[in-house]
Amino acid sequence: MLLRLRALVIKEILALVRDPRSRIVLIMPPLIQLFIFSFAATLEVRNNSLAVWNEDAGAASAELVQRIGSMGTFEEVAYVHDESAFNRQVDYQKSLLGIHIPQDFSSSLAAGTPTTIQVVADGRRSNSGQIALGYLSEVLEDFQADMEPGPAAGAPAVAVRHWFNPNLHYFWFVVPSLVAILTTIMTMIVTALSLSRERELGTFEQLMVSPLTPSYILAGKAIPAFFVAMAEASLIVFFAVFVFHIPLQGSVLLLYLTMAAYILSLVGIGLFISALCATQQQAILGVFSFVLPAVLLSGFAGPVDNMPDWLARLTVVNPLLHFKEICKGIFLKDISLHAIWSHTWPMLVLAVLNTSAALAIFRRKFS
Amino acid sequence: MDGPPISARRVRALVKKEFHQIARDPSSILIAVIIPLLLLFIFGYGLSLDSHDLRLGVVLESSDTEARDFGAALTGSDYFVVDTGHDIREFSDRLRDGHLRGIVVIPEDFAVRLTDPGKGPAIQIISDGSEPQLAAFVENYVKGAFRVWLRQRQIESGRVMPPALQIEQRFRYNPSLRSRNFLIPGSIAVIMTVVGALLTALVVAREWERGTMEALLASPVTRAELVIGKFIPYFFLGLGSFTVCLLLAILVFRVPLVGSLPALYAVTCLFLLTALGLGLTISAATKDQFVAAQIALNAAFLPAFILSGFVFEIKSMPMWIQVITFFIPARYFVDSLKTLFLAGDVWSILLPDMLLLSLTTIIFLALTARNMARRLD
Repeated sequence: MLLRLRALVIKEILALVRDPRSRIVLIMPPLIQLFIFSFAATLEVRNNSLAVWNEDAGAASAELVQRIGSMGTFEEVAYVHDESAFNRQVDYQKSLLGIHIPQDFSSSLAAGTPTTIQVVADGRRSNSGQIALGYLSEVLEDFQADMEPGPAAGAPAVAVRHWFNPNLHYFWFVVPSLVAILTTIMTMIVTALSLSRERELGTFEQLMVSPLTPSYILAGKAIPAFFVAMAEASLIVFFAVFVFHIPLQGSVLLLYLTMAAYILSLVGIGLFISALCATQQQAILGVFSFVLPAVLLSGFAGPVDNMPDWLARLTVVNPLLHFKEICKGIFLKDISLHAIWSHTWPMLVLAVLNTSAALAIFRRKFS
Repeated sequence: MDGPPISARRVRALVKKEFHQIARDPSSILIAVIIPLLLLFIFGYGLSLDSHDLRLGVVLESSDTEARDFGAALTGSDYFVVDTGHDIREFSDRLRDGHLRGIVVIPEDFAVRLTDPGKGPAIQIISDGSEPQLAAFVENYVKGAFRVWLRQRQIESGRVMPPALQIEQRFRYNPSLRSRNFLIPGSIAVIMTVVGALLTALVVAREWERGTMEALLASPVTRAELVIGKFIPYFFLGLGSFTVCLLLAILVFRVPLVGSLPALYAVTCLFLLTALGLGLTISAATKDQFVAAQIALNAAFLPAFILSGFVFEIKSMPMWIQVITFFIPARYFVDSLKTLFLAGDVWSILLPDMLLLSLTTIIFLALTARNMARRLD
């Protein structure tokens, strides 16, 4: 029986790798995506411009504008001279923030009477707006403190340190996450999609009438898919480490063990989808209904911390989230064994549950 | 054979046939109604950039009143969920394993450092840099809380008057600062990309696979008639799923709609033509469901998700990627939808977007017509 299984595995691997078209489809898209998305997916605030509408001719406002100009958060400072131009800057998305200094600014400050600076931000980009506003507030409040009469004591200092990623490169976060996401898509293609295609073409039924039992046939499908997916993932990890120079702090062995657990869970889900679906189209929809929510709820675009509690708890069944956390953890932080295990066992449970469900369905269909 | 004028009768017959097919095939309804509903719910609840309840460890190395007072200010803030300890070692492992997002150290000589900055920083903020966005918020919020606390303290001690210089902050278009308000319009664009590509790519690719397309091509129907006959039914189906999304966005997620409905539907119609055109191009080029599905995942969903500017800002991307985004039709739809929902009918933004969408529509239609060549290979 093992001999037959070996023959089946070899046949499957050959089928996947021999066709040049499918070979290219397996290798090129993940690499192209890795390159483009690694640079594209960023929530950093960069290349933005600030609109300044200064109605005041005094020295104080000149000093303030000079300080804002040299803060470095904005690539460009646009000076406008009337309200409509000021509004247009923000309305037409030319500037992320606008700052308005009133006519009586310098004189009021000198006289000690209250005066107000207006800061307007674009709510369509409220996330970047908030971060930029944070930097601007620091400058404004330093200015405020310096303008105040009395002994210039200087404000108490704050030290900031970002562990694991001192310069907050978004890149370092995105690439390990992409290792998980791109692996997911490729694995679903080589399991669910290719199996359902065979069922529609009838080649799968031919296997079913061979002397092999359903569990051997499923193993014959799962083992090659597993190795192809491991190879794909290794390719992406290779690029992450040697081309993108993402620091790999943790153990490579642990990364591979957890990767195996993750791919097993994916293969299980893929087999389950193809067992459940009668046609290729249904299987494709099944894959979409798994992959899209898994990617969206993986914490890649918006952190899980920000989700409502009930949803955050539900994400325990998302294997992609677990593997993404492990990738990020092993790459950047060398997280503890305990933390790794807390993300590994849900993947193993999913792998066992889905594979046995797929097996049960196949047995019933073909007995 | 492509020369003859389009016959309205033949197109009508084709459209009728297509509508029957849609009505009988549950998967079209699944794609057009169930998938958009499911995705919009996931986007609506699962995707948020509003950070509150950040888990923070506060290390009180000193137990004097000033330190405890600032610790209490952090604990009382809506932005943080605070654990208090007395040694950084209690927290550093939890920060590494992702259970905390930041640590604030209030040193032993906090009170001295407050009055004499020469002694070193008054507080130390440590964040988990592996989540850069949360780390930036930890930094910003803790610094902000510290500034507010300092000012409060100065005012209470009567050393300074309330400041002469006031800063008034205002967010135009989205005053409540809910990220949902701009993420949901953007996610509608992503959803419509997936729906449009899936509808045509899958359904039409299946026809090629089953040979029914060849049967049609063997009839006197011209290519143009065939493309139009496919377009019209799926176009209306697409408009239907957009309307479902729109109602959900307004009624359930309470996203304000400032712009006008005619402008909204005008942009949507143009985008649908492009999205369906993309799907038809894929299916006519591959004639294979398996490949069409892969392309729909790789060429429609992921680029619309990452390169459209709906969550990751295009302006922050490197120049060569900004150039690539010009070829992602979803980009123009995201831009228009955000503006229409939050700012209104700003034509100087909408018109260029619509122009570019028309351009991509024409490109995809031309590609489809070319690939539908009446060859049986």
